[in-house]
Amino acid sequence: MATNSASSAAAPTASGVPDPWAPAPFVVRARRQETSDIATLELSPARGAAPFAFRPGQFNMLYAFGIGEAAISISGDDTQSERLVHTVRIAGRVSRALYDAAPGTVLGVRGPYGRGWPVAEAEGHDVVLVAGGLGLPPLRPVLYRILADRAKFDRVEVIYGSRTPPDLVYYDEIQRWRARTDLRFQTTVDKAGREWYGDVGVVTTRLPDARFEPSRTIAMLCGPEIMMRLTAEALEARGVSPDAIWVSMERNMKCAVGLCGHCQFGPAFVCRNGPVFRYSEIRPFLAVREV
Amino acid sequence: MSESPGPKLLLAEHRFFRGMDTAFVAGLQRHSYQRTYEPGTLLVREGDVADEFLLIFEGKVALEIVVPDRPRTTIQTLGPGDVIGWSWLFPPHRWRIDVRALKPTTTLGLAAGHLRKILDEHPAEGYRFLLRLLPVIATRLENTRLQLLDLHGY
Repeated sequence: MATNSASSAAAPTASGVPDPWAPAPFVVRARRQETSDIATLELSPARGAAPFAFRPGQFNMLYAFGIGEAAISISGDDTQSERLVHTVRIAGRVSRALYDAAPGTVLGVRGPYGRGWPVAEAEGHDVVLVAGGLGLPPLRPVLYRILADRAKFDRVEVIYGSRTPPDLVYYDEIQRWRARTDLRFQTTVDKAGREWYGDVGVVTTRLPDARFEPSRTIAMLCGPEIMMRLTAEALEARGVSPDAIWVSMERNMKCAVGLCGHCQFGPAFVCRNGPVFRYSEIRPFLAVREV
Repeated sequence: MSESPGPKLLLAEHRFFRGMDTAFVAGLQRHSYQRTYEPGTLLVREGDVADEFLLIFEGKVALEIVVPDRPRTTIQTLGPGDVIGWSWLFPPHRWRIDVRALKPTTTLGLAAGHLRKILDEHPAEGYRFLLRLLPVIATRLENTRLQLLDLHGY
């Protein structure tokens, strides 16, 4: 974690206290096209704004000036806090504006917000990361942290599912991860033609091949809710405790500080109490049709 | 496809048969055929007679659907520990899908006619056999439903 950084991107008020509503200006330094509707932006502080520390799993509110704000997970390395990385998929007007942001564009940033992944708790354990679709970006900082301090973790299994091969994000980086011998990275897609020699099927079809000792495993899941629920059930069936399974929830977040209630999920606010939850905490609510 | 030159594979060591009655499995082993397939070759072709129950020991295969004038589509890939299909069990005993090797693949095949006869003659073991096959069918159905939902697209 960088030491010369602020604790928040929020601009200070006259009293010097950070104003949680005021976005700090960050400039887009680089933009990488990931898929036809997903791009990764690299941001750095602009006009006196300061870099800030964050934890894997946290998110920022990104503001496209004049259009609106959206909650986007931080997908970069938390040891490089001066370089803020976000991967954005087009879902509406705001995300479209963020996706379109070219190098030089100034965006507003509020954050970081939320509870992150239990990386420290996972030290000394086997680690299973399961991502579906745009669930990989919020888990990538965990992988960076593990690989930076590989000896502190035992076996590491990553399973990443996507719709089709062209929908896989971080493609070049995945090839490097797959080439490593201290990590097992499986990719699978829902649908493919003959050009694809990888796996086809939902992520749970790859779990039987995953090597981990259930009683000493920490699992972190991020993706569509039904994918996380079925994966958690499959992990439990192999003997992983529901207390050792963590999921990242997604809800419509507006204020990001637990005031507006848009992201209420059962008794919790996803922005403040999550987005990362222990599976055992929220399991009762995952099967409820309208929460 | 070729008769496999490798070491003799044991049915009892395959995930599907692990823990089943040893005499029953040994009886099936005597009617098994070990084969290897080079990448790109078809193990099974839609419409052909389903005359074997195939168990994968090594490699990877794709279950493919071919629709005229449309690209060949892979529905699922299977690997070591998986079994290929159940068309051999039910009339009309015709494969409903293509299965293509993606990597060098080694299988054990059980002659379907003999296997059906054994399952008929040993209903208790036959029932336990079906208790293992039905979850395979159910899981593939569930997985296909999830794939149809196109979850990652939203």
